[in-house]
Amino acid sequence: MNPTRHAIGLGLRRGWTEFVLSLRSPQDQGFYMFMGVATLAYLWFNRDSEVEGTDLLLPSFALPSILGALLAFGVVIGPAYSLAMEREDGTLLRHKALPHGMQGYVTGQVVYHSLSLFPLLLVILVPSFLLFDDVMSNGLAGWATVVWVCVLGLLATLPLGMIIGSVVPSVQKVGTWGMLPVIVLTSISGIFFPIQAMWGWVQVVAQVFPTYWIGLGMRSAFLPDAAAALEVGDSWRSSLTVLVLGAWAVFGLLVTPRVLRRMARRTSGSQVQEAKEAALQWVK
Amino acid sequence: MSTEIGSQALGGPTGEPVVSVRGLQMTYGPRDVLTGVDFDVHAGEVVCLLGPNGAGKTTTIEILEGFRLRSGGEVRVLGEDPAQAGDAWRARVGVVLQSWRDHARWTPRRLLEQLGGYFVAYSTPERTRPYEVDWLLDTVGLVEHADRKIGQLSGGQRRRLDVAVGIIGRPELLFLDEPTAGFDPQARRDFHDLVHRLSDLEGTSILLTTHDLAEAERLADRMLILADGHIVANGSAEALTRQVAGNAEVRWTRKGERFVHATEDATPFVRRLFEQHGEEIEDLEVRRASLEDTYIAMVATFESGARRTPTLAEVSR
Repeated sequence: MNPTRHAIGLGLRRGWTEFVLSLRSPQDQGFYMFMGVATLAYLWFNRDSEVEGTDLLLPSFALPSILGALLAFGVVIGPAYSLAMEREDGTLLRHKALPHGMQGYVTGQVVYHSLSLFPLLLVILVPSFLLFDDVMSNGLAGWATVVWVCVLGLLATLPLGMIIGSVVPSVQKVGTWGMLPVIVLTSISGIFFPIQAMWGWVQVVAQVFPTYWIGLGMRSAFLPDAAAALEVGDSWRSSLTVLVLGAWAVFGLLVTPRVLRRMARRTSGSQVQEAKEAALQWVK
Repeated sequence: MSTEIGSQALGGPTGEPVVSVRGLQMTYGPRDVLTGVDFDVHAGEVVCLLGPNGAGKTTTIEILEGFRLRSGGEVRVLGEDPAQAGDAWRARVGVVLQSWRDHARWTPRRLLEQLGGYFVAYSTPERTRPYEVDWLLDTVGLVEHADRKIGQLSGGQRRRLDVAVGIIGRPELLFLDEPTAGFDPQARRDFHDLVHRLSDLEGTSILLTTHDLAEAERLADRMLILADGHIVANGSAEALTRQVAGNAEVRWTRKGERFVHATEDATPFVRRLFEQHGEEIEDLEVRRASLEDTYIAMVATFESGARRTPTLAEVSR
């Protein structure tokens, strides 16, 4: 028996268990409901507004962008929070005390956060099809694009979440070092209005990070070809999307294992103890 | 469970100690926490590490567990340096961790099945790993709570789960850092039985820290007292008590006044006392030094920086 492969198998099972437990938890059900209702309410109240210069309705344009943004946001913030949290609550330490435990743990994290994407996308997509017209213009080919954009988007952003979760000093700091930059980045990534409406340098910054490209990929999947006229360079720039997201994925694959190893090395029982005491103070 | 694994077999054919520490040093910035710790733990032994808060007990244990890098000295655990040991070594060592809110949505059974899985790859015909989950749940007394959410367990039940997780891989050597903190008396008694069972039936070598001296006396074959950065005493409870000069305390009243005297040999002292004062002596009490007296005397002496034989008299009032 190869212990590494065996540990990865246990990690897959762990991720699946975490996912099932999350689906059953009222807290997480509430989160999915909230995201679904908030997004649909926004789209519903803007159902008659047109995107400037086109005959596209706002829901058609905004829906794929929002899906893209939620993907990028959820997959960065989710692992960032759970890693920071599980460093403090002892989950990580438990795995450090097991043979090949860290490999299983990281596999579990990747599986869990990837799977968590499905309910999030579903609570928005399914009602959207019932409420709005012309949501998907490209049929099967469009769905195929959704799949590769999601997979590539995951590979590009999930490692970033793990890096943030590994380097932040404590859970409370995830807000400052994770949430804040990701919110800023999401708001400049052309989700609610086309990116060209912003200053040139902001456009450049937005196009360095994966969020914009995931949104663009999603729009290329859902919107008719004519809508490409709204984009930078009047094109979906699909090959560049693959290139940028691919580059981030490679970056993640190279950097994340190192950062995780460093974090694991520094995890100890006294650290967990300190976090516990700090959290108790917090409650008081 | 099988009992054919004798405590002799586990230390290796040479009878090499399972834990061997020589000149262990640990420095945090300008502060020297450990200045030269030396001790051994032999196969099948239960050894208790005592010492005041901040003496470095946890640091020592974490270094032996391979969770912390030492500043200097030699450390061998199951024949390897824990700082460099690999996963096969990890599979032979058990660590009981103090958790507080992890895996709140899991159940004890599910968690033990998941974590125990990692040891399957290290099972051998002589030592099958991991323990069977039902047996383990029964052993730590969690059968009724096996399918409840871990987040709903009481503090004591959670600690039992910690112990179960720590031993699930059927370790040859087990580390316990203050295992019974927060236990009620019944849970403490159950835990002591469990430690005896692991040590007697499985031949598991155990190194634990505690603040509870009665617990140390009940569990440990041998005690180490860590103070001032090194081991100041090493031996059985009885041997330690003998090391303290004046290991008995005599109290009496004469003409309404209370007297206390610490002595190594109480009998001749009391005889002389009666010869001198006869019937004036009232309320006579002779008390042998307890482990607690010994511990406090030793720690007080070494913390004050003096290097002489600790005496009971210093602490009897």
